[in-house]
Amino acid sequence: MSTTTSTLPAEKGTSLWQDAWVRLGKNRLALFGLGVLSLLVVVSLLTPWLAPYPYDLQNLELGATPPSWDHWLGTDTFGRDLLTRILYGGRVSLAVGFVATGVALLIGVLYGAIAGYAGGRIDAAMMRFVDILYALPFMIFIILLMVIFGKNILLLFLAIGAVEWLTMARIVRGQVQNLRHQEFVEAATAIGLSRWAILHRHIIPNTLGPVIVYTTLTIPNVMLLEAFLSFLGLGIQPPESSWGLLINYGVETMEEYPWLLIFPGLALSITLFALNFLGDGLRDALDPKASKD
Amino acid sequence: MSLLDVKNLRTYFHTRNGVVKSVDDVSFSIDRGETLAIVGESGSGKSVSCYSLLNLIPQPPGKIESGSALFDGRDLLQMTAKELRQVRGNEIAIIFQDPMTSLTPHLTVGEQLIEPLLEHRDITRSEARQRAIAMLDEVGITNPEQRYHDYPHQFSGGMRQRVMIAMALITEPKLLICDEPTTALDVTVQAQVLQLIHQLQQRHNIAVLFISHDLAVVSDIADNVAVMQKGKVVEQGSKQDIFEQPQHPYTKQLLAAIPHGGKQNAPSIDNVPLVSGRNLQVAFAGAKQQWTTAVNGVSLDIHRGEILGLVGESGSGKSTTGRALLKLISASNTKIGGQISYQGEEIQGHDNRQMLPLRRRMQMIFQDPYASLNPRMTVFDTLAEPLLYHSLATRKNVTEKVLALMDDVGLARAFVRKYPHEFSGGQRQRIAIGRAIATDPEFIVADEPVSALDVTIQAQILELILQLSRDRQLTMLFISHDLSVVRVLCDRVAVMYQGEIIESGKTEQLFNQPKTDYCRRLLAAVPSALVTNE
Repeated sequence: MSTTTSTLPAEKGTSLWQDAWVRLGKNRLALFGLGVLSLLVVVSLLTPWLAPYPYDLQNLELGATPPSWDHWLGTDTFGRDLLTRILYGGRVSLAVGFVATGVALLIGVLYGAIAGYAGGRIDAAMMRFVDILYALPFMIFIILLMVIFGKNILLLFLAIGAVEWLTMARIVRGQVQNLRHQEFVEAATAIGLSRWAILHRHIIPNTLGPVIVYTTLTIPNVMLLEAFLSFLGLGIQPPESSWGLLINYGVETMEEYPWLLIFPGLALSITLFALNFLGDGLRDALDPKASKD
Repeated sequence: MSLLDVKNLRTYFHTRNGVVKSVDDVSFSIDRGETLAIVGESGSGKSVSCYSLLNLIPQPPGKIESGSALFDGRDLLQMTAKELRQVRGNEIAIIFQDPMTSLTPHLTVGEQLIEPLLEHRDITRSEARQRAIAMLDEVGITNPEQRYHDYPHQFSGGMRQRVMIAMALITEPKLLICDEPTTALDVTVQAQVLQLIHQLQQRHNIAVLFISHDLAVVSDIADNVAVMQKGKVVEQGSKQDIFEQPQHPYTKQLLAAIPHGGKQNAPSIDNVPLVSGRNLQVAFAGAKQQWTTAVNGVSLDIHRGEILGLVGESGSGKSTTGRALLKLISASNTKIGGQISYQGEEIQGHDNRQMLPLRRRMQMIFQDPYASLNPRMTVFDTLAEPLLYHSLATRKNVTEKVLALMDDVGLARAFVRKYPHEFSGGQRQRIAIGRAIATDPEFIVADEPVSALDVTIQAQILELILQLSRDRQLTMLFISHDLSVVRVLCDRVAVMYQGEIIESGKTEQLFNQPKTDYCRRLLAAVPSALVTNE
């Protein structure tokens, strides 16, 4: 039994979130992940001032060079500084990753929770709609959006988010269907809570485990999706850069200029590691049953 | 020489929080054809000691530290994994507690039945099949040849337990370990299953190791009894000795926890019942638009200050009736009919908003305290929610009120910030009771509030419920399958069978002079003579 909570009761009862925050604070790995991610975000925000060169400055005579004193991470075939391009690419990749996943999370959780909780015909109708979107070829969907709204980075966020929420909705709906028949939900009904109160106080917090895990899996997915779309000419266009684009390009030139793949790959990997640590920590922190020492 | 001789068995669990001595120096022995009952509460180590014999405990964290278990002259604890596999399911068989989960859902019952035979005997499939069908017949399953091809979900709980027994006995073991084999079953079914085990034991001269938390059940079938507490055998002896001259205080406590006697104080019966249901109908939609009727024309009145017992087997519609009275049954996929009135006010047609002011006056206590508390809310959150929602407390004084509530239900104040999983079953049920009485309701539906708890804890929780109902003049619908509990607690009793109330009356009257056959059968099925008048 833990002794941390056996002191005299605080003025106010703690909520799950306050407790989670305290518990997250004790998880070193998760804190490390959070630290790395925060650092990445700060660096991204400050990139225009930090970057040693303009991101589109070419030096065709120089060409691709391995890391050197002038260019810490080397240069690409156009002689552009790789560090600069990774920094600028990080801005795009992180923004796409977080915003698109955020959109997916918001829509998916709400939609899934409502469908699962309502049950019956409403559920059937809502989930059939999801099935239809699933069946729609992803490419056509995105291209349609692009054609209608034009190319624009905000749209990219929306487009990716609008696709990724489908799986999230299914996961949440399955969870909620199970939870809906639990006695504590019935007890909440007996207290007289409104449906919305039951949903957001009793049901959604109990779906968080799988949701967080899936979220940490979605973010890297989304980053790579962006690269794929950019490759098709629908996302970011050179000379702008993103990690996905850099990696794509690095793969093509892997044999001659390995650093063009290694460094952007490393940047993505570090982000993913940090995300996973944080995600695991969050999942444990939000589950009171998770072991504690 | 006895068939099984266990000496100084020690099984420890090495957990993060230190060593748990689940089984600490336990010795017992059992002869051929004899039944030894090991009795104790959950966590007393009774199951672990039996599972240790067959090395069925999770290792790590579990570890058998020392001891010996001579079975037919060989030490089970020294056997290799391969030798042990020869013993398991062959010479020693086990019946588990929950027949719902101990059969594999995707295999037919027949295939599971012949599995141990094919594994341990040199036998062809068709021979095994014949043996299995004979065995199904022996455990009282009608139409064994057809049912051989059925899947577990096509059997009821009692029938599944019979299948489990058939499976355990098909290899003609010398020792049968029964781990609470009837706990998950209804009383009438329980009586049948116990009788079956007893008959088969006589016929095949099997030794039975019977694990149970229920002394009443044990009194029917055991030859010898060992009482376990906190990993140790505190008392051991013949059934007569244990029941008539218990030595150890814990044994006495267990015996005292078996409810007996009757309830005295009569409620004042006024003209308008507090809660009244007229011709209630509830049907649930099944597959292919078929409706299953759960409650079929139930009418009942509950007067202020009265405790009405509603008894019946699972599936008889008693829980559904209770939920229908509180309007807790969601409208999707259900048909609800009849009238419900609360203090003369017709409430059947009320929507959620109209119900809100009534909600604080009628509450529910649920059966399973593990499922009825939100695992992600602290005790504080759980208890504060109804208070704040109904504006019975402000942000300022809510802590004070929650703490007072915790005092009322006997929970230490220091627990206020803990989460449900940190509590025992009894403590959780106290939290759930606290939540139910937080809004100071008049009417409470208690749906089997103690049946998920250990016997000694049951007694405490019943005591709490009784005391609260006296102090707060609660009116209660007490749903239970346990007649002995109902007899202690209730003023009147209604018996449900297949969705209908078939008999009702004053408690003593109904217990002493049951009118219907079913009711007589129900009363006869109550295990042991301990429940008779004192």
